[in-house]
Amino acid sequence: MELQKTNLITQCPNTWCPGCGNFGILAAFKQAIEKMISQGTKREDIVVVGDIGCNSKIADYLNLNSFIGLHGRPVTTAEGVKLANPNLKVFVFTGDGGSLNEGLDHLIHAAKRNSNIKVIMHNNRLFALTTGQFTAVSPKGMKGRSTPQGTIEEPFSPLELMVASNASFIARSYSAKMEHMANVFLEADKHNGFAFIEILQPCVSFFNPIQFYNERIYEAENKAIESEEETLKLAREWNYSESGKIPLGIFYKKERPVFEESARELIGKNIEIEKCLEAHY
Amino acid sequence: MKLEYSILVGGAAGQGSRKAGLVIAKLFNKLGYNIYIYDDYQSLIKGGHNFSQITAAEEPANCRKEKIDFLLALDKKTITAHRAELKSGGLLFLSGDGGGKEGIAIPAEKIVKDLGGLPIMANTALIAGFAKAIGIEWKTVKEVLEKEIDRELEKNIEIAEAAYSQTQALFKIEKIKARPKMLLTGNEATALGFAKAGLDIYFAYPMTPASSILHYFAEHQKELGVLAIQPENEIAVASEAVGAGFAGKRAAVGTSGGGFALMAETISLSAESETPLVIVNSQRMGPATGVPTYSAQADLLFTLSAGHGDFERFVIAPSNAEESFYWAGKILNLAWKYQSPAILLLDKEVSEGTFSVDKGVSRLVKKEKESLWGGKSVYQRYKDTVSGISPMAFPGEKGAIIKGNSYEHNEAGITMEEKQEEIQKMQEKRLRKFEGMQKEIDDMDAIKIYGNKKSKTAVIAWGSVAGVAREAVSRLGFKMVQPIVLSPFPEKQFKKALQRSKKIIVAEANALGQLSKVLSGYGIKANKKILKYNSRPFTEEELEKQLKKA
Repeated sequence: MELQKTNLITQCPNTWCPGCGNFGILAAFKQAIEKMISQGTKREDIVVVGDIGCNSKIADYLNLNSFIGLHGRPVTTAEGVKLANPNLKVFVFTGDGGSLNEGLDHLIHAAKRNSNIKVIMHNNRLFALTTGQFTAVSPKGMKGRSTPQGTIEEPFSPLELMVASNASFIARSYSAKMEHMANVFLEADKHNGFAFIEILQPCVSFFNPIQFYNERIYEAENKAIESEEETLKLAREWNYSESGKIPLGIFYKKERPVFEESARELIGKNIEIEKCLEAHY
Repeated sequence: MKLEYSILVGGAAGQGSRKAGLVIAKLFNKLGYNIYIYDDYQSLIKGGHNFSQITAAEEPANCRKEKIDFLLALDKKTITAHRAELKSGGLLFLSGDGGGKEGIAIPAEKIVKDLGGLPIMANTALIAGFAKAIGIEWKTVKEVLEKEIDRELEKNIEIAEAAYSQTQALFKIEKIKARPKMLLTGNEATALGFAKAGLDIYFAYPMTPASSILHYFAEHQKELGVLAIQPENEIAVASEAVGAGFAGKRAAVGTSGGGFALMAETISLSAESETPLVIVNSQRMGPATGVPTYSAQADLLFTLSAGHGDFERFVIAPSNAEESFYWAGKILNLAWKYQSPAILLLDKEVSEGTFSVDKGVSRLVKKEKESLWGGKSVYQRYKDTVSGISPMAFPGEKGAIIKGNSYEHNEAGITMEEKQEEIQKMQEKRLRKFEGMQKEIDDMDAIKIYGNKKSKTAVIAWGSVAGVAREAVSRLGFKMVQPIVLSPFPEKQFKKALQRSKKIIVAEANALGQLSKVLSGYGIKANKKILKYNSRPFTEEELEKQLKKA
């Protein structure tokens, strides 16, 4: 019913592969948006910023303000949006390729400065739209178009990286868990600051560890949610290889000054260009 | 003979020769002179050899001169490096106790020591002694120092007073009946022009010679109300600016060639997503790191073509601070009117040179309104209009769904790959916009003509070299044509200006003759190219000699 009221879906034909994990993410995000709107968020204040990749087609499918920019740059584009108008709620949709390969520097710096944007990273652990090449989080030995004998590189953990980068909200969810995802989105929205949400998303065409995920995921709870050490413990339960348990949930949350608010405090309200001109005689 | 003085002040990095140059310039400004300051420094923090060379003239001043009237040396190296440039009868001022053959000694270090000042204050003593020697009143000296010195003012004044009283007046420099003008670097003028045209945010990553725009905005956030933001790299800089533009705030960014190269992808994004993006590209000598604190005009072809795909952009190259003020404001308005990438192409000499600026220019710059939706119909970000300009709306506006897109898109902004007619239609929408951009340029003063307008010999120069050429042609009786807008190219105005020209000489600071190449694309052939590519700017005399030979 809510869905009809707010009409969140465009006429754009959906081109994701049948069975793609992205459908679950779209549904959960829609659910979270409906809840936010029912709780008073204005629809016109929501902005979705997309990367380039399967994940970002979500911007075309959502009948919301959106900007699809360049590969690897949705985080910076979103930061520009938020800086221009701090009243907007800015959600970034990106993939592991976009934010851990092409745009890794931007992700780290947005976390560091605590830009008040919410980064939702669809983690299918490879480049899918370019037909399957390894990314920063592909398991060692993964065979792809560019690594027919298996990649020789080890993955790194984006969650550990986010702890090191001082991200103020860190979470992981799974594309098969609708309610869990929707709840994490809502909690990220409530958090005043940068949020990084990793969503494990099987790629039905090129890398489908659905069985593996179903066996290993569990909903964890971090009782010391402001502790970097406890967060790291949780994050290190799985190192993106073939072993370990995979915890889901909000791993870390701690309020600290928000970049856009602090930046605005520095500028004047009464513009006095004349005063500047006079200083040059 | 019009009055004109050339003054050079030099020292090691850290001795404050740049500040000394500005103070001397302001003294002459108070006497009614037009000012140009050339700043020469190396890529180091302490030591080396830095100098400022001031032209103070009755006529507009835009370049450095080969010979100097007054040389002020803060160290020995300045004397050895520049003594030969002194005119016969020129005066050397140096810090020291004895007078004698070398020049006029001002006991600057002794005064500073006796009065318990810091070593850097020797430059205050030298300036005060110099001012006394050439007959500038103490009142004027004090006034300028009070305005320019922000640390330990009292001590500096005490030192200046001592040096002033201990030096003999040699003559009285003439006053000129003209009101003092503002002294602005091209970068300061650019910042002020942007601010006047409604800039909201300036993003930049530090890079010489563009950094001082960022510094200016950062220092004046209170008065200008412009956010000064330094993101992690130039790619972030440009894409944040596009994000800000999409959200309805006027943003500009600044860099030099290397940073501009990193922004190329975003120029293309700006064109496809039709989001305004203003970039200042202040050229320095490349390729690559090149000679980073010195000048060249070698990014013209790159600036005209940077970014993949078919699209038009504005490229505007002012030649001094006054033009930078005006065109910075203009280009920001143009970028918003046409929702396009736009590049203000400066060079080291324009950016960091200091020029006299008539305050009247400020009144010519204002924020012009862009095309806005207004809430009347169903909103489509890329509505197919006759002009090709689709009215803008910004997130937060009720009743509109605003979808910006770097993919080819339909009118609503949704990605489109299948429909060939639709894809062509959107390109054609943008083509109509490009025609509007061309017409806009054709209707404004996109080129300037100086010198003897009847001469059959035309000298063409752009950017800082145009300032030198303007002065160099005056005694030769040639015509001088300066293109300010370089894209869309003002072909009609150019051809009209060159209608009766028998000989065309193009002078520029690069090795390949980049403007000549551009001109040849419009059927304008340079009979002679004067190219300088040793990283230092032309002096007036040098260019004059070469023009005479040509």
